[in-house]
Amino acid sequence: MKALNVIESAYRGTLEEQDDTIVWLTHALKGAGAEIDVLLRGNAVNYIVAGQKVTGLSFGTRTQKHAPDIVGDIKGLIGKGVAVYYIAEDASERGLADGDMIPGVNSVGRLALALLYDGYNQVWNW
Amino acid sequence: MTDTTLTFALMDPPYENARTATAFRLLDIAARRGYKINVFAYEGAVSLSFSRQTAHANAVHGRDAAAEDHPLPKEWIAALMAEARAAGGALDWVNCGLCVDERGVGEAIDGTRRGTPADFWNFAVASNNTLVIPTK
Repeated sequence: MKALNVIESAYRGTLEEQDDTIVWLTHALKGAGAEIDVLLRGNAVNYIVAGQKVTGLSFGTRTQKHAPDIVGDIKGLIGKGVAVYYIAEDASERGLADGDMIPGVNSVGRLALALLYDGYNQVWNW
Repeated sequence: MTDTTLTFALMDPPYENARTATAFRLLDIAARRGYKINVFAYEGAVSLSFSRQTAHANAVHGRDAAAEDHPLPKEWIAALMAEARAAGGALDWVNCGLCVDERGVGEAIDGTRRGTPADFWNFAVASNNTLVIPTK
């Protein structure tokens, strides 16, 4: 069984969770032996933009350590053999070029999505 | 009992949007058909089965607690489990354990259980199909 996690909701709860919950879930599923890949669409294409950083969350005397590092988490997925795709048009509409992205990700056009989906037994839209 | 097995992944917490009721409508149809149903409750959805949910009166409606009959998702889940059993199927409800811990909702109703993403994967592998209903 091969599944594709399509991630669209971006930066939802990431400060509270210290990660993106579906990127995290993908790590956990891969660790459990899943054959699973990721497609980033909509605002989630920003997850693979190099150079982003989150710092400085504090309330009163409570300073939050370990801010989310979603780019690092995506790199970790690639390192585990998870293919990471992003929709080219969603990136370009947001002013992002291929050169803005971290290495190892795969651009796919909207017209090619059906072919991509056809390579999986199940497609999960998050 | 049929050979059909369906898996649902739910993410929304109770009382926030219509997706939860829609998901429960789908679960109800599957239960009536005697399907084997798996639910993986992720993130806020782990609160759906929290056993300390309490119905309240509603002064705006002019009804006391008994008359108001306020919906409690835990009761919907219990009813769906009973409905599935009566139709010869089953509803296996797994709550993501880490999601339970960070929300302090470890007291879940009977018939639900604590699990991990591995349960979700095993559910999906054994199912005819999987429907993810994420929060947005």
